[in-house]
Amino acid sequence: MKKLDRREMAARVAKDILDGAYVNLGIGLPTLVADYLPKGREIILHSENGILGLGPKPAEGAEDEDLINAGKQPVTLLTGGAYFHHADSFGMIRGRHLDIAILGAFQVSVAGDLANWHTGGADDIPAVGGAMDLAVGAKNVWVMMEHLTKQGESKIVQRCTYPLTGARCVNRIYTDLAVIDVKADGLHVVDAVEGLPFEELQRLSGVPLKKRAIAA
Amino acid sequence: MINKIVASPEAALADMKDGATVLIGGFGNAGMPTVLIDALIAQGARNLTLVNNNAGNAENGLASLIKAKRVRRILCSFPRQTDSWHFDKAFRAGEIELELVPQGTLAERMRAAGAGIGAFYTPTAFGTRLAEGKETRRIGDIDYVLEYPIHADYALIKADRADRWGNLTYRMSARNFAPLMASAAKCTVVQVREIVELGELDPEVIVTPGIYVKRVVKH
Repeated sequence: MKKLDRREMAARVAKDILDGAYVNLGIGLPTLVADYLPKGREIILHSENGILGLGPKPAEGAEDEDLINAGKQPVTLLTGGAYFHHADSFGMIRGRHLDIAILGAFQVSVAGDLANWHTGGADDIPAVGGAMDLAVGAKNVWVMMEHLTKQGESKIVQRCTYPLTGARCVNRIYTDLAVIDVKADGLHVVDAVEGLPFEELQRLSGVPLKKRAIAA
Repeated sequence: MINKIVASPEAALADMKDGATVLIGGFGNAGMPTVLIDALIAQGARNLTLVNNNAGNAENGLASLIKAKRVRRILCSFPRQTDSWHFDKAFRAGEIELELVPQGTLAERMRAAGAGIGAFYTPTAFGTRLAEGKETRRIGDIDYVLEYPIHADYALIKADRADRWGNLTYRMSARNFAPLMASAAKCTVVQVREIVELGELDPEVIVTPGIYVKRVVKH
């Protein structure tokens, strides 16, 4: 079995984004998805700080401090892009206009609860940004994360032990081992990396998984 | 005749009082009114309550206000950053109080203040720590949290162009919270790149109409 690296994970997620989708990419790992959007599809990226139609990062020397993404990195605007203020930007989010939000996570529960903003540590300074708005507002919330912690524990859990970002909000989980749908009756494995048998994925995950029903 | 143009940033902030609530525009450094912040530091007001998305980056703008120990309380969505050392230090020393607000709720609370809304229900943060102790309500099949407006004494914002009536346009993502802040404060002070003659701004593209603006400073 070979785990996907971060770039391979980004490419795997990008493959599932359809033509015409409006998508918000979270800070960190999800931001990499922008580099792998399939050619020939028009996919519109939204940024919390008031941008629709984010383009690739600018050439060196062409950065503009007034044009940044939610991670505060310099970006460009695609032809047809638009600027708007924060209340409009979050109105789009909460108003269920975004097709997909792709977010990082510390943990996801079998019920689709998401924990990604605070470790709960006493000395830890919490920061939430737009994560709670995206979790409740996007039509689809996809999580992108490593399957296991550095200690080898599953990040897919029965109940989140970290503080929640949103309850029952995650629809799909992309990890370095598998793609898993979160449904009312449990977790359905969509696919897994080559050489990883279902039973082994089940053992590593530590929560009940279902093999995906074969489509007729 | 209406003329909101003020000669200097210092003159624009001369009446700032200790304990004021001040909305400060900008998302990271985009739209940060650094000239006004420098003037606020020089003016000397203390015990301020600040509202911004972040809690300052490196040594710039808002971070320098925290460094100068002028801030008692801050409302923001994302204080923790790799370069937020002045906030981190003050927070850990117990010198500064933090109210963490989800970013969309922060924006909407200011919009509500400017639009005369008494409170609003938002689905954001329901079932999380940030909704603890707050009134909730189920409407249809969605759970909501009751949130109140953020009113302020001042808004310090940055815009691109202004005229003497205070009509404003912005540049790219530097717009961010500024139009909301302009509406939510009793006294909105704007730092602009360029002042133009009345009539030069296309009425179709004015983002913040002058009714929300009190003072304009060219930097």
